[in-house]
Amino acid sequence: MAVQPPTPDELRQALRKRNFKHPGEKVVMVFLGSCAAVSLATTAAIIFTLAEETYYFFKEVPVQDFLFSGDEWQALQEPRTFGVWELVAGTLNVVLWSMVVALPFGLAAAIYLSEYARPGVRKILKPALEVLAGVPTVVYAFFALTFISAEIVQPLFGTQIFNALSASLIMAVMILPTIASVSEDAMANVPRELREGAYGLGATRLEVALRVVVPAALPGIAAAVLLAIARVVGETMIVAVAAGSTPSLTLNPLETIQTMTGFMLQAGTGDAARGTTDYTSLFAVGTALFLITFALNVAASFIVNRFREAYD
Amino acid sequence: MATAEHAPLGRPTSLRATGRVALRQAMSRSAAWLLLAATLSGLLVLAYLAYDVIQLGGSRVFHNFPDFFTTYPSRFELRAGIRSPILGTLWVLGLTIVMTIPIAVGTAIWLEEFAPRNRLTSALRLNISNLAGVPSIIYGILGLAVFARAFGLGGTVLTGALTLSLMILPMTVIAAAEAIRQVPPSIRDASLALGATKWQTVWSHVLPGAIPGIMTGIILAVSRAAGETAALIMIGAYAFVAFDPASVNDAFTVLPIQIYEWTLRPGETFKGEAAAAIIVAMVFILSLNLMAVLIRERFRQR
Repeated sequence: MAVQPPTPDELRQALRKRNFKHPGEKVVMVFLGSCAAVSLATTAAIIFTLAEETYYFFKEVPVQDFLFSGDEWQALQEPRTFGVWELVAGTLNVVLWSMVVALPFGLAAAIYLSEYARPGVRKILKPALEVLAGVPTVVYAFFALTFISAEIVQPLFGTQIFNALSASLIMAVMILPTIASVSEDAMANVPRELREGAYGLGATRLEVALRVVVPAALPGIAAAVLLAIARVVGETMIVAVAAGSTPSLTLNPLETIQTMTGFMLQAGTGDAARGTTDYTSLFAVGTALFLITFALNVAASFIVNRFREAYD
Repeated sequence: MATAEHAPLGRPTSLRATGRVALRQAMSRSAAWLLLAATLSGLLVLAYLAYDVIQLGGSRVFHNFPDFFTTYPSRFELRAGIRSPILGTLWVLGLTIVMTIPIAVGTAIWLEEFAPRNRLTSALRLNISNLAGVPSIIYGILGLAVFARAFGLGGTVLTGALTLSLMILPMTVIAAAEAIRQVPPSIRDASLALGATKWQTVWSHVLPGAIPGIMTGIILAVSRAAGETAALIMIGAYAFVAFDPASVNDAFTVLPIQIYEWTLRPGETFKGEAAAAIIVAMVFILSLNLMAVLIRERFRQR
């Protein structure tokens, strides 16, 4: 007598039994699922808190005062004015000058690591560079204020002790590994055939690097720059300590400025009471900061995904 | 070869380039040094930073050793120590680790092993990588609004640890998920073929293989939390603490905040104290980093 094949129902039952041999496994599944939900809840909480307090802020301060009035930013003392562009300019100032320094150095490091360095050298240099990203930013802040500003920038340019340049210079050191390692990954992904073609035509190593590898890796380099900018925009301690706390609508690196994060830290140390503009303005600036870094990160991952398969 | 044409017959010809080609080759060769110098520039700054900090604070660390570690912060120079910042750092980090590990590993397991392949799951992945890019100060104001104010926890150890946990969760999940993905599928197949359930397979075979990678990720995340200043200042941990935190509901301060506070004191007075605290913090954080690298290297060789 032939064995009857199991009916679909029997099969389903058997499989279910196998997947949940122990009743405890259902509990485990629920636990794992709720762990995953924590991340979603975090995002929801960030968006909700920012939106709520920003709403209260704009109930007190009209949106046009915030964005279009051209007022100064003087949020913590009377007479209060809330022209956000001074803070945005402060952030842009630091972004601009730190990138002016970090981009050539970071790209040079990426080219060296991907095109010139022997594997042994590379294996030491890459993790060594990563250490720069692991240094606590408050340590960089100390160094920016007590050494870069006090011993170099101030005597050299006759600036005040708090200036955008000191913060930007040390910020460049901080983001160097970001630019170097993300660009280096992009360069390593350039197919060998392209390099060999150029070498076969008699190009030197430098020419291959600059005219073949860098152009081919351009999307990855752009992503590296965007990620680095996002880090500079979000960095707080260095600018709070070294750049000053006087908002100013300028891109001049020798001025005392205040960035968005710098203001947030200043407002946060003041133990602002709930419901005051001291407190809500903190969240309004936080919302602007969140949107900017979010846009930069999304743009970076879009570029990386869009151009990843270009040579396959 | 330009030289080959002019060389007298019978002499060995040189393969050395001349003229423009020689110039191009020389440029390429000297560029190597320039590029190496640029690569090392950041490390030189770091080396000088270390030298500067040791100059300023090295003697302070060992002044009446171990006074610097056992006395509380003070208004008086040379009497100020880092007892409460060290204890605060240990409390907050300990609690952060305890809260982060199960949630991060659970999320990673769920994402890699159990999550259905649908839109919701890919949205969750995207969400986690976006959270990893959110600046720490945003986590700070989240902690301020939700934990300190809405939950009424105030600027306590618990608030600090909850905030730091949320901050390092995304990077820990990403590292753990990567480690789980590295475990070869054949191990899962073998276990399933012998009749183990999915969870038995994950618990007894996938997780053990992924532990070195998970550990590396956690240690790196903890070293980031150990250096975090802005988020903790935002939740209200910026206070003068001259007592030992004894429970999760106590106020606290941490090393980075103490460094910040001493850095901002006007004049030269507390520079030595700040530098000394930096030495302690850097030794701690760099050894965490070193530990992570060592685990990774050891794991790679096997």
